[in-house]
Amino acid sequence: MDKKEYGELVKQTSPKTKEGKTILCAFAIGGLICMIGQAFSDVLALLLPDFDAKKIGALTGVVMIFLGSLLTGLGVYDKIGYYAGAGSVLPITGFANSIVSPAIEYNKEGIVFGLMAKMFSIAGPVIVSGVCASVVIGIVYYVIGLFV
Amino acid sequence: MDIFLTYLKVFAVGGLVCTIGQILINKTRMTSARVLVTFLLAGALLEAVGIFKYIEDFGKAGITIPITGFGKSLAAGAIEGAKQGLYQACTGGLAAVAAGLSAAIAFGFIIALISKSKPKST
Repeated sequence: MDKKEYGELVKQTSPKTKEGKTILCAFAIGGLICMIGQAFSDVLALLLPDFDAKKIGALTGVVMIFLGSLLTGLGVYDKIGYYAGAGSVLPITGFANSIVSPAIEYNKEGIVFGLMAKMFSIAGPVIVSGVCASVVIGIVYYVIGLFV
Repeated sequence: MDIFLTYLKVFAVGGLVCTIGQILINKTRMTSARVLVTFLLAGALLEAVGIFKYIEDFGKAGITIPITGFGKSLAAGAIEGAKQGLYQACTGGLAAVAAGLSAAIAFGFIIALISKSKPKST
């Protein structure tokens, strides 16, 4: 009984310490990637003074997506992801990773049905839900605008 | 000193967003696609109800670099378009993220084409 209780205790406690570590890694690496994004945004704003904030934001996204794709292609991003978990998934670089990673893996099944189709195995749901949400929000705001 | 504080806020907010994501993964065993969809919709919803800009004023890239920023751009484009008409209300979202989406697809395709598949050794 004592042994059983001890076993239960170990089961309860050992994943928790691992959980704490994954959360800490996600915080540190996620924060770091956002800081890199902020740095690019600040540099772009200095280089292109006639661009407004919206365009700078879009360009920063493009740069981060390029970096995410490149690091995935070089095989570095998946190594970061092993430690960072959500810290590497949630930033926009992780979105790029979710496109490139399956595309590389299924490249051998042909360009059309392998690479091009599998590119969207994770990005597809993201794009579908995002576009549908934006259309719904747009229509709701349009209808509200008719009455206000 | 001001810039140091700004980057500290970016780090804290960005880290916090990813921490919430990691807790979701740990607690519910969500796949990364589901986490991405959840945060995208959260970003769009926060923009639609007008809270997002307060977080953005504080955390800057900390909230716009995570996928929540992508959702925010989609919603903001749709809201902007809705002022002009129903057509723009439906197209505004995609138009706002056209640059990012084009980059993701084009870079993704080219880099996947020239990269060799490696056996997963983690």
